[in-house]
Amino acid sequence: MIPAAFEYYRPKDIEGVLAILEQHGDDARVMAGGHSLIPMMKLRMADVPHLIDLQDVGGLSGIEVTGDSIRLGALVTQAQIIDSAELTRAAPILREAALQIADPQVRYMGTIGGNVANGDPGNDMPGLMQCLDASFSLIGPDGAREVAARDFYEAAYMTDREDDEVLTAVTLPLPQGGYAYEKQKRKIGDYATAAAAVQITGQGGTCTSASIAMTNLSDTPIFSEDAGEALVGTTVDDAAIKAAMAAMLGDIDPTEDNRGPVAFKKHVAGVILRRAITRAWSRA
Amino acid sequence: MSKKTHITLKVNGKSEEFLAEPRELLIYTLRERLNITGPHIGCETSHCGACTVTVDGKSVKSCTMFAVQAEGAEITTIEGIGTPDSLHPLQEAFKEHHGLQCGYCTPGMITRAAKLLEENPAPSEEEIRFGMAGNICRCTGYQNIVKSIQAAAAEMNSSQSSSSEAVGHKTTEAAE
Repeated sequence: MIPAAFEYYRPKDIEGVLAILEQHGDDARVMAGGHSLIPMMKLRMADVPHLIDLQDVGGLSGIEVTGDSIRLGALVTQAQIIDSAELTRAAPILREAALQIADPQVRYMGTIGGNVANGDPGNDMPGLMQCLDASFSLIGPDGAREVAARDFYEAAYMTDREDDEVLTAVTLPLPQGGYAYEKQKRKIGDYATAAAAVQITGQGGTCTSASIAMTNLSDTPIFSEDAGEALVGTTVDDAAIKAAMAAMLGDIDPTEDNRGPVAFKKHVAGVILRRAITRAWSRA
Repeated sequence: MSKKTHITLKVNGKSEEFLAEPRELLIYTLRERLNITGPHIGCETSHCGACTVTVDGKSVKSCTMFAVQAEGAEITTIEGIGTPDSLHPLQEAFKEHHGLQCGYCTPGMITRAAKLLEENPAPSEEEIRFGMAGNICRCTGYQNIVKSIQAAAAEMNSSQSSSSEAVGHKTTEAAE
């Protein structure tokens, strides 16, 4: 499979990237690891006359952990997330989720920025970033702006990012309490049939806060505020978990595909969320 | 047709220089331009791992990378891992433990396994299965692939420790 011909650019700085985007509009696309875009180009489902490779652009690669937040440059790979001891201490859910993405070869190339910016409902990081209340840094001709992950996704492959903007970093508050990223997939390397990200805190056996987001169960990731609320003030017993599952099922909108019919996906979503809550609470 | 790009690569220690369209995938560069046919085209959709090569220390599916992305990179294929006269311990172990049947996945398997052992010289069975998850084999059922990698790891670790002892000995002699 050979993609259609394209012009290739490898600018050294973000100004160079923005200049090419400005010149070519939506005929130009940026690429980090390329493991979402290149397969689409090979299938001729993505037409990219002007391809901008970000690998030489400075300032997009760092992992910074401070007292209250974490900043990941867009080019940080899944493998780097997995290998960073500092990041794993600060936010172990990132490593737990990254380990469930694709396979080793893909994780060496796949980046956090590409994963969140692509807008594929099957990607795992968008839901996780909504759970963790991350924000995305975008830069465009009119300057830089921040968008909350919870406001970023509009539909499949449609996000708040404009065609002439580039996602440069992901910033998240330091997660507190117990965590779990639980994913059901048909085989290694597959996207989720259903996945759940849970971050939860408790005091004296009572849940004090809970954040829940779901992956690949709608055309966007789903942050289910009601599901989290259903756990707060409870001992996270069976009744509370069932209430959270019911609330989550009210928020998702899965469609039938080769991963199964709607009823099956809803069933799996419930099972996965129960597992995620139980594991996160056991770590809180 | 888009403008051709000047590309330089170092493949198995040898410098290569050529002009190619940016859309040329690395697997085609290796197989058709450089006649390095160890890496195979299996699924061509980033799933099977038959095309796995090492690019600047990363295991990469070369069907999912443009050659131009690898500009300036050092690439290792199965041809750079051992020779018929001097097999790599992984190749010896795959042969000895029936780690292959049809052999189609084997170059990618061994190239990936070599990187895995570099990162984790004594992996558990679980770590091997997890670390090899990007390479699919339709013949063996994986049991003998896991055994082969375990055997190679044991062999490499034992020769490593004897050679480092030898080096240590020489150092002592030199110091004396």
